[in-house]
Amino acid sequence: MSISREDIEKVAVLARIKVDDEQVSALEKDLGNILDLVDQLGAADTDSVAPMAHPLDAVQRLRADEVTETDQRAGFQAIAPATEKGLYLVPKVIE
Amino acid sequence: MQWDIVIGLEIHVQLATRTKIFSGSSTAYGAEPNTQANAVDLAMPGTLPVPNENAFRYAVMFGLATNAEIGRRSMFERKNYFYPDLPKGYQTTQLAQPIVGPGHMDIDLPSGDTKRVRIHHAHLEEDAGKSLHEDFHGMSGIDLNRAGTPLIEVVTEPDMNSAEEAVAFAKKLHSLVTSLGICDGDMSQGSMRFDVNISLKPKGSDELGTRTETKNLNSFRFMEQAIHHEVERQLDILEDGGRIVQETRLYNGDRDESRSMRTKEEANDYRYFPCPDLLPVEIDDSFIEEARNSLPELPDERKARLMEEYDLNSADASTISSDSNMANFFEEASRRCGEPKLVANWLNGEIASRMNQENIRNIALAFIGPDVIASLITRIKDSTISSAGAKKVFDALWTGENDSVDAIIEDKGLKQVSDTGALETMVDEVLASMPEQVEQYQNEDNPKKRKKMLGGFMGPLMKASKGQGNPKLFNEILVRKLGE
Repeated sequence: MSISREDIEKVAVLARIKVDDEQVSALEKDLGNILDLVDQLGAADTDSVAPMAHPLDAVQRLRADEVTETDQRAGFQAIAPATEKGLYLVPKVIE
Repeated sequence: MQWDIVIGLEIHVQLATRTKIFSGSSTAYGAEPNTQANAVDLAMPGTLPVPNENAFRYAVMFGLATNAEIGRRSMFERKNYFYPDLPKGYQTTQLAQPIVGPGHMDIDLPSGDTKRVRIHHAHLEEDAGKSLHEDFHGMSGIDLNRAGTPLIEVVTEPDMNSAEEAVAFAKKLHSLVTSLGICDGDMSQGSMRFDVNISLKPKGSDELGTRTETKNLNSFRFMEQAIHHEVERQLDILEDGGRIVQETRLYNGDRDESRSMRTKEEANDYRYFPCPDLLPVEIDDSFIEEARNSLPELPDERKARLMEEYDLNSADASTISSDSNMANFFEEASRRCGEPKLVANWLNGEIASRMNQENIRNIALAFIGPDVIASLITRIKDSTISSAGAKKVFDALWTGENDSVDAIIEDKGLKQVSDTGALETMVDEVLASMPEQVEQYQNEDNPKKRKKMLGGFMGPLMKASKGQGNPKLFNEILVRKLGE
């Protein structure tokens, strides 16, 4: 199992990570090794094993539907790069 | 060539919980921007989601009401994409094991038939925030109050074959979730949003054509327009021998035009994987039974009961039962005046049209109550007022000018004159002033034409009685006197 340069470039775009040609070559090798390891795992017979959703053998606790949070906007906005009229400002996004 | 239209819907329903799906922040609409967006909603490092029990309860109620399998063990996945109104960089949603499995809902067609639409599944997920693209010096403003609001996304099978069927399904779903009380149903606040998948195939063919998805329609009207628009667009392409590109489109209702939204195929690669922050959720029998016991009478059940108990026809019963406030109003008013058919006529006629005109969505918010409409109907039945007078009384009630039917009748002098002696005198006078018409009437043999000619006398009679003569009595006296 190996991963192509195109795969790496595509995943990098999706993850918004900038990689140069040299890094792609290194990643090709590293990720290829990881995928080879995963392939080895795939050789194990798992027909009688149910897929695992989570490593902990537990179920999710649910929360009562009650408001427990208060307005802490001022605190959160103090660490934001730009705000105006209570809004967080970001570079213009229009699809 | 003849074509079949194939439509499937994905409907986002905002759940009416008090708090968000994974945090204790309020979901109340209309708060100042970002005052209801806290550490979990903002995806601050070190925070962990804890799911809201009511979101599961509401989803299970929806499942039970659509005859669906309930996912006793459900899981959350991460759907990854970048957008500033999605703080985590992924939406927490359900893919492999949703809370609600396959179910169905029946819709009434204009032909009077019903049609079963299969629901593929419904899953729980979180809503995103809102992006405002107004003037912020070339930047966008982000309000994250909505981020984390619980949604169920209802995904149907491609079982609808026209815009009318798709709208009928959407309206039925709206009626169901509002009756269940799991969604406030306020479309203007985005409580329900529709994505429409449309494809065409040669008539009778078994093979589905390539589909497009038109996203984020927020009213029944826009949804209907968008479907017509997209069907026309695809028809033009196919009739010219072209082929449809699978894509997501955005529809602009104000301009009735659409455009492609996502062209890069890779933009749709969401790289789902199980969310490591959340354990599987197990729903046990007692949770399901508790939800089942909390189900109110469903619109279909209520429709059947209204037809049975009040002898309504299917159309009236459908309209009234689709809105639980309307149905409560109907039952209360009918109990009070004993005239369910008349109550239904007022509700589906005058009241519906005024609510429409004034954009009042909930009858409970109108000035007029069921007790008042019952007294109005009682006064029509006992001939105190004519139907024309009733309209005037209704106007005064509707605008909140006065809430007593009898006081309005008194104030406006709308009481009908049913004193036969007085009415006879008026008839004599009117007939004496219209000798030509009297002669024409008496020389006419065709009963239909005669009946029509009677109308010619009613105008002057109503004028003579200042609109207060009992038209039924006038009619009787006229026929008798003209026959003499």
